[in-house]
Amino acid sequence: MANVTLRNVRKTYPGGFEAIKGVDVDVGDGQFCVLVGPSGCGKSTLLRMVAGLETVTGGEIDIGGRIVNQIEPADRDIAMVFQNYALYPHMSVYNNMAYGLRNRGMAEAEIKTRVEEAARVLELSSMLERKPRQLSGGQRQRVAMGRAIVRQPKVFLFDEPLSNLDAKLRIAMRVEIRKLQRRLNTTSIYVTHDQLEAMTLADILVVMNGGQVEQIGNPLAIYEKPATTFVASFIGAPPMNLMSTRPEEIRSQLAGSNAADAGILGIRPEDFVITDQTPDGGVALPLTVEAIERVGAETFVYGSREQEEQRVAATPGELPPGEIIVRIPGTEAPAIGAKIRVAAVRQKLHLFSGDGRTRLEA
Amino acid sequence: MQKQAIFQSKLLPYALVAPQLAIVLIFFYWPALQAVIQSFLLQDAFGLSTSFVWFDNYIELFRDPAYFESILRTFFFSFAIAVSSLSVALLLAVMADKPLRGSTLYRTLLIWPYAVAPPVVGVLWIFMLHPSLGVISRYLRAAGIDWNPLLDGDQAASLIILAAAWKQISYNFLFFLAGLQAIPKSVLEAAAIDGARPMRRFWTVTFPLLSPTIFFLLVVNIVYAFFDTFGIIDTMTRGGPGKSTETLVYKVYSDGLLGGNLGSSAAQSVILMIMVIVLTGIQFRFVERKVTY
Amino acid sequence: MVEDEGIRRYVAHFILWIGIAIVAFPVYIAIVASTQDNALIANGQMSLLPGGHFFETYYQTIFVGTSGSTREPVGNMMLNSLVMALLIAVGKIAISIISAYAIVYFRFPLRMPIFWIIFITLMLPVEVRIYPTYKIVADLHMLDSYAGLALPLIASATATLLFRQFFMTVPDELLEASRIDGAGPLRFFWDTLLPLSRTNMAALFVILFILGWNQYLWPLLITTRDDMQTIQVGIRKMITTTDALTEWPIVMATAVLAMLPPVFVVVVMQKLFVRGLVETEK
Repeated sequence: MANVTLRNVRKTYPGGFEAIKGVDVDVGDGQFCVLVGPSGCGKSTLLRMVAGLETVTGGEIDIGGRIVNQIEPADRDIAMVFQNYALYPHMSVYNNMAYGLRNRGMAEAEIKTRVEEAARVLELSSMLERKPRQLSGGQRQRVAMGRAIVRQPKVFLFDEPLSNLDAKLRIAMRVEIRKLQRRLNTTSIYVTHDQLEAMTLADILVVMNGGQVEQIGNPLAIYEKPATTFVASFIGAPPMNLMSTRPEEIRSQLAGSNAADAGILGIRPEDFVITDQTPDGGVALPLTVEAIERVGAETFVYGSREQEEQRVAATPGELPPGEIIVRIPGTEAPAIGAKIRVAAVRQKLHLFSGDGRTRLEA
Repeated sequence: MQKQAIFQSKLLPYALVAPQLAIVLIFFYWPALQAVIQSFLLQDAFGLSTSFVWFDNYIELFRDPAYFESILRTFFFSFAIAVSSLSVALLLAVMADKPLRGSTLYRTLLIWPYAVAPPVVGVLWIFMLHPSLGVISRYLRAAGIDWNPLLDGDQAASLIILAAAWKQISYNFLFFLAGLQAIPKSVLEAAAIDGARPMRRFWTVTFPLLSPTIFFLLVVNIVYAFFDTFGIIDTMTRGGPGKSTETLVYKVYSDGLLGGNLGSSAAQSVILMIMVIVLTGIQFRFVERKVTY
Repeated sequence: MVEDEGIRRYVAHFILWIGIAIVAFPVYIAIVASTQDNALIANGQMSLLPGGHFFETYYQTIFVGTSGSTREPVGNMMLNSLVMALLIAVGKIAISIISAYAIVYFRFPLRMPIFWIIFITLMLPVEVRIYPTYKIVADLHMLDSYAGLALPLIASATATLLFRQFFMTVPDELLEASRIDGAGPLRFFWDTLLPLSRTNMAALFVILFILGWNQYLWPLLITTRDDMQTIQVGIRKMITTTDALTEWPIVMATAVLAMLPPVFVVVVMQKLFVRGLVETEK
């Protein structure tokens, strides 16, 4: 049982590269914290610093009221699940789980109880004598989880533990992990690049980019009020439509509110409706339908705006300038090449400063 | 070159490399250094005083026609052994690469001579080709050949080459077979569809693709002929008759055995060292190229 | 392909059998000779079929030795060869695996120079430093001893390189998981790295055992006592080309006995052998 607190944590590599540029995060006891961001954003480095696998070059890491900067990984009372599982290939499932306990000098009887209990929870009881190579991907993943559970550590660390599984298994294991964490009530830090995984697992979501925290908070709060254009387009799929407010067409529709000095306007695909009307205070855009994706429950419409537009502040998954995605119910589908009008109400508009770094209230 | 994930420890790594380092320094570097120093010194006839003579030992050596001949002989042996052994091995490997029944048995039956020690190879061959009692000599004599490798230098040389090449067939075969199996079948199939007949296909597709293996084996065979033939020569001819089978390595050994000129012996060692360095250098350049393929 | 059918296939079989015959003939002759009477052989009238002296010859070879040049039983020579081969193979593997471990898994001053010092020994085979090395071993009073036979040969750049290469392919996460599981450097080496290196060690052992068993020049130099002779040295002393009294059946029996262990290893552990050979040459 422990809090994990990061205070102005920094990592500078000997070559001078700043991987982490001062991060503050506070994970409460029993909370599930997810670090999410594109590859190279520093999320794995940060996790490995908490584990003690990377040295801390600035700031403090506090686990359960103890500054652990200088403490060996084995003595931090953490357990970690690796992306490639890092199971010992020459040891049986049982010994993989027991190894860390034996190294700590635990009695064999107690080890047996713990391993068997973990195996039962993870449905691995019949496989304890097998070697990792005799297991399927999902089973290996569970052994890696088991190795962490038997330790009964203060903190679980997960480094993209599901990214080597196929899509179906990934969803199933995601649910498993969440249930398990709830039951054990162990503080957890989880790294992923998958925003859906992040949204579904997190109590606290930390969105990272370029070695810095972009936004911290409850996942839904972040979804509803992204602090920057980066967060806006990273969280949510398909990404939020972002457009410059400079063209007359948009500027005129926003006039008369404090949104006038906003540089970038964002609207989520699901907040558009196809209509000829313009909601009061909202925004309407004429589109030419370029492509349609019908996936059953919903339909995605890819449309282009009349005029070419300049690219707004750099964001991940960015659409080409002038392209807009609209999500509509699966029952509808406009024809390709059709001219349509889409509109969003005032409350659904997201406004940002011109550099995309600040959110403005509409 | 090194891991990202490492251990921190001040003394342990030194303790771990210490045994190897000790052996290397005592039994490799120290003697090598001694040889280099010795090669610049001259000892008087009674071993009472030594003087520094720069390159005199080397100059002396190269003025000696016997040494010069030994160099030429060594290169000739290397060339003859490599070419004969490589061609037989390549032929066998190409045959064994075909989808034949019993191909694993063939492989087993062809690779075991790798394990036969050079002196044993020498004994086996001298016994078969011994002038008075050899099983094969009988037939040679019956065919009208005056066969006596114990007296005829050229015959002795051909015997050494034959025996040395025989031993090396298995090694070359193994690497050729691996090289052939690494050639994608689809390339050969494409060539067949392009109308290349088997022989043509071999020379225009297989052989070029095998050239890295051939080059690698060429270097290995030369090194083998330089050094590992020692045991064969020592059991078959002891460098004779005359000096007709005395290679560079054998000369260092036999000159040293007679005692005498330490400086010259050391200079010979240093020259050999330089040759090994050149050969190893060539080999590693090639390995580098293989990596960039 | 279609062309591999029919006549071409028979040609291939035929060529391979000729190859096998060439490779096997000298050994066949040796086996046959070891079962025949010496007088017959010395007269140049040896038969190409096995004779009736098999047990007699091998008994004398193993337990008595020749009556002339050396009186050492070949059994004892084989024991010496075995001890030397095992010491060399195990020694090389042991010191190479720990140096490779230090070089790959630790960062310490002089790491690279030490690596190069080991690496460059590739270029210093015993043949190029024969007499100075002999002198050192003599100064250390290791002539005619197992230590003298094996120690100067147990450094191995090749084995060190091989283990280094293998360690580089072991995922970093395994070490990290071990650290989190509370294993220090020695425990990680013993519990994880060593078991993972088993196949590599076995393949290397096969090659190094053969190399050790077949050592010739070095044992020839440093053994003077007959009871310390290895079989390769012993067989050479049995044949005196000028001497008509060479006991050929015993020489040939010795040759067969000298071939037996390494050939057995190659045939029985063929997979490991091929793997070891290919990997050590990379």
